[in-house]
Amino acid sequence: MRLLIQHETEYHYTEPQARVVQLLRMTPSSHIGQNIVDWRIDVDCDARLKQSTDGFGNIVSMLYLAGPVERIGLRVTGEVLTEDRAGAVSGAIDPLPPAVYRRATELTGPCEALLDLLRDHEGAKGDALSRIHGLNSAVCRLFPCKEHRSTDVRSVGEVLEARSGCSMDMAHVLIAAARADGFPARFVTGYIYREDPDCGHREAPHFWAEIDVPEYGWIGFDPANDMCPNDHYVRVAQGLDFRDAAPISGARVGGGHEVLAIGVDVSLSQEQYQA
Amino acid sequence: MLSRTANSLYWIGRYVERAEFTARLIEATIRLDALSARPAGQGAWDSALLVAAADYDFGLTGETRSPLAISRYLTLAAANPNSIRSCLDAARSNAKSVRTALSRDAWEAINRAWLGLRGRASTGGSQTTLSLVEQIRAETRGFEGALHRMLRNEAYSFLGLGAAMERADNTARLIDVKYHLLLPEGEKVGGLIDRDQWTTILHTVSANTAYRWLYSEGLKPWLVAELLCLKPELPRSLIASSEEVIMHLNAIGKRTGLQGEADRLSRLRHNALERTTIDAIFAQGLHEWLTGFIYENTRIHQAIGQQFRFG
Amino acid sequence: MAGADAFDEIRGKPGDPVGRPEFAQLLDWMETTPPAELDRRQKAAEAAFRQLGITFAVYGEEESAERIIPFDIVPRIFTAREWASLSEGLVQRVEAINAFLADIYGPRRILADGVLPEELVLANPQFRPVLAGAKPPHGVFAHICGIDLVRTGPDEFWVLEDNARTPSGVSYMLENREAMLRLCPELFEQFDVAPIDSYPDALLETLQSVSPRGRGADATCVLLTPGHFNSAFYEHSFLADSMGIELVEAADLEVDDDKVWMRTIEGRVQVDVIYRRIDDDYLDPLVFRPDSLLGVPGIVAAYMAGNVALVNAPGTGIADDKAIYSYMPEIVKYYSGGDAKLPNVETYRCREPQALRYTLDNLDKLVVKLVDGSGGYGMLVGPTATRAQIEEFRAALIAEPHRYIAQPTLALSTVPTLTEKGIAPRHVDFRPFVLSGGKGVTITPGGLTRVALREGSLVVNSSQGGGTKDSLILTGQEERA
Repeated sequence: MRLLIQHETEYHYTEPQARVVQLLRMTPSSHIGQNIVDWRIDVDCDARLKQSTDGFGNIVSMLYLAGPVERIGLRVTGEVLTEDRAGAVSGAIDPLPPAVYRRATELTGPCEALLDLLRDHEGAKGDALSRIHGLNSAVCRLFPCKEHRSTDVRSVGEVLEARSGCSMDMAHVLIAAARADGFPARFVTGYIYREDPDCGHREAPHFWAEIDVPEYGWIGFDPANDMCPNDHYVRVAQGLDFRDAAPISGARVGGGHEVLAIGVDVSLSQEQYQA
Repeated sequence: MLSRTANSLYWIGRYVERAEFTARLIEATIRLDALSARPAGQGAWDSALLVAAADYDFGLTGETRSPLAISRYLTLAAANPNSIRSCLDAARSNAKSVRTALSRDAWEAINRAWLGLRGRASTGGSQTTLSLVEQIRAETRGFEGALHRMLRNEAYSFLGLGAAMERADNTARLIDVKYHLLLPEGEKVGGLIDRDQWTTILHTVSANTAYRWLYSEGLKPWLVAELLCLKPELPRSLIASSEEVIMHLNAIGKRTGLQGEADRLSRLRHNALERTTIDAIFAQGLHEWLTGFIYENTRIHQAIGQQFRFG
Repeated sequence: MAGADAFDEIRGKPGDPVGRPEFAQLLDWMETTPPAELDRRQKAAEAAFRQLGITFAVYGEEESAERIIPFDIVPRIFTAREWASLSEGLVQRVEAINAFLADIYGPRRILADGVLPEELVLANPQFRPVLAGAKPPHGVFAHICGIDLVRTGPDEFWVLEDNARTPSGVSYMLENREAMLRLCPELFEQFDVAPIDSYPDALLETLQSVSPRGRGADATCVLLTPGHFNSAFYEHSFLADSMGIELVEAADLEVDDDKVWMRTIEGRVQVDVIYRRIDDDYLDPLVFRPDSLLGVPGIVAAYMAGNVALVNAPGTGIADDKAIYSYMPEIVKYYSGGDAKLPNVETYRCREPQALRYTLDNLDKLVVKLVDGSGGYGMLVGPTATRAQIEEFRAALIAEPHRYIAQPTLALSTVPTLTEKGIAPRHVDFRPFVLSGGKGVTITPGGLTRVALREGSLVVNSSQGGGTKDSLILTGQEERA
């Protein structure tokens, strides 16, 4: 598929800020099954943007703005050629061995409710792959996935207690479960194309998990949709949990509040229709 | 120098000066109280609260306006942000965060003053209050001494700048509260109580001998006003404080090669002070003139904050 | 237990009539100076510390509860020969620590070669994956290491713990010496003691040597403190002052264009080297704890871009992790090619079933520690523990064995110490400070001696009733005399 991505983020501040510094993890890289044709980040005010690669292999951009800053508009536009690889991820920039992704983090720490979930699943027989598919489905059945991203970044314990959440929360649950079950698991940020035209405009990127399955390597699992990512998915950043892979981590110097508006639009490229 | 360091030094200068001024104010008030028969003694304490800009806040505590309660409030009350204890707390806290910019001497003087008040709950009677206040003055003198032994660098200038700004404000408020005594009109002025009051004013700014030295006449209200406002020979006069502000700003400007709004405003103020006379001030109205001076001082304070990025 | 048959560093082995003749003068001094006089001097030193503000805040108490760490007037002495052999071992160990860090955050050869279990490093919370690939200026990660040593005999020194994050205590080393020079000048006439007052210069040279822009003595170095409410703030200000560098807080710094700047009255100035006394977790809210108010947003980006040196580099905690510690002999051998000159204390990794079984069977003889604990907390000293404490640890060990290590209880050496009942032996440890810069390793001849002031106690931490002593290193001439 040839996917067009538009991701707009707008910050408004109720008081002018003296400085704003943001770390953007908004640039995907190519791998087998995902070819970046074109990608750019535009900032609509005077700013400095410096690009580099972090330890997880993500392409990151530091955004520096000097005050007074009253609003920031960020627009990411890109065109990506995708291919259905049944979730298998290969050829991605991946500087770290899977063992890194075995540790529990503050957000993905084990808790009673998670162990219950695993116990319910204990009966599932079969090889590792089918076991993980089963886990993915079990997480999917926990609660319906909310379209809006949760305002707070919550731990797995909090999510399981609330029994509601967005794709980020579900990815965290699956990651925690997989790690507790002995598999390295990582968090992925990206975009998803939906054929349903009503879903054209969304208020958040999509989040899912990747699990290192013996004999297969890294495979994506999207518990929000109970499936493995296919050619509808564009993979952007990875990490131990959301904090490592958040599209934007920001800090500001100044008073008042921050008001955030996000618009994500993933569509098929026009050329697809002309072909 | 770090902006934050400069900011802290400036406030150390202000707070130590404020503590010392309040100490001298209490000393002079005890003296006035002892000299006068009630209700003049009560008036002495009420006006002390006014000079320390603590009258309203003291009212909120609901305590009776006894000399003991007022002197405790001005000296030790943690709830009073301008009590000697609060000033020394704030000065020490600032000093702690900029230890490296202070000389060991200067830090130790502040720390000793702070330690001296630690754990004190009551001032006791006027004798104990006097000795407590005397001890605080000794420590702040120690701080001044330590300042004079410091390198003449930016740290010195910001400490001095804060002290000079604070002194200008304190002296102006002292005159303003007592201004009715200094206006040479009305029937009651010139009596025995007024003499004591004038002496109190002079005592508060350590100007008893200065007055005798500068004026051959006996105590005259307008001369006292002139001394406190316009005599550059008196270190605590408005004009001397104003000049010191300029001197410190100049020293900083020389080292950084930068000049700004604070330099301009303080020079304008000083020129005006040099050109005016006490007669012109009285003609305008002493109270009005002082209100203008205090307002101008606040503007210079804000300009200093902006110029050196205290924010 | 250990007290009675422990090696005394001044008097020698128990029952040894000769003692250690090289220190006879110190024994004379202790015997001829009346205890009341020693007590007077000790109080004078402590009063001076209080006046200088060398205090540490006790968390949860009022500011008036600032305390000083007790100071003991009787010094500890090392001969030049002892120091020379210690130094060799320290250099070897710290070089290995830096090689290990460069490898772990780089090619990870040691894991590929199977010297230690991959998971122990990679899944360890002290390993920061986001910093993988970092190349700190001049390749140095742990610029300042405090190596905690204990002693059990004349030539038996052991490394108890490595401190490769932000080791503290060097201000005590320097201030204790100042106090001793003032209060006991006669000792320095009798012994030729190596001076330590050059430590701040050595530290500054180390900082300057790793400046990414070079610039030598013109490099802009700063010390980053969490602020004056931090318990080690005195040390921060003392060191900044002695080096003549700015003591900055997070709000004084800003990152722009992947460079770090400090806000001054003349505008902003680029910073080359940051001696930071803030933990990794709080260093940069964009990368580590997002709720940190002590950190500088973007500072990790500046570090990864190679535009600023962070001293120590973030992520060095992996080198002093207690689980990694047990592999230090292998690590030293892997990078230096030779056996470790300073041995480790024998360590049972309770994550291993056999070691766990041994530990559970011998809890009353062992010291059990949390791998991620510090400050003497989360620790069981078997021989002095109550039955209830032992059972508590037994349960914890069975529940989470991987979180614990166990070590034999060592007969730690003692040094004569002034107590309420006169001079008596007390157990000590020793923390020398090792500096690694662009031009190699430097060790100032001295260190921090911590002493367990309670009779028989082996816990020297200040939060647990420990004090400090001056540590005298003799120069060569003394040996000939």
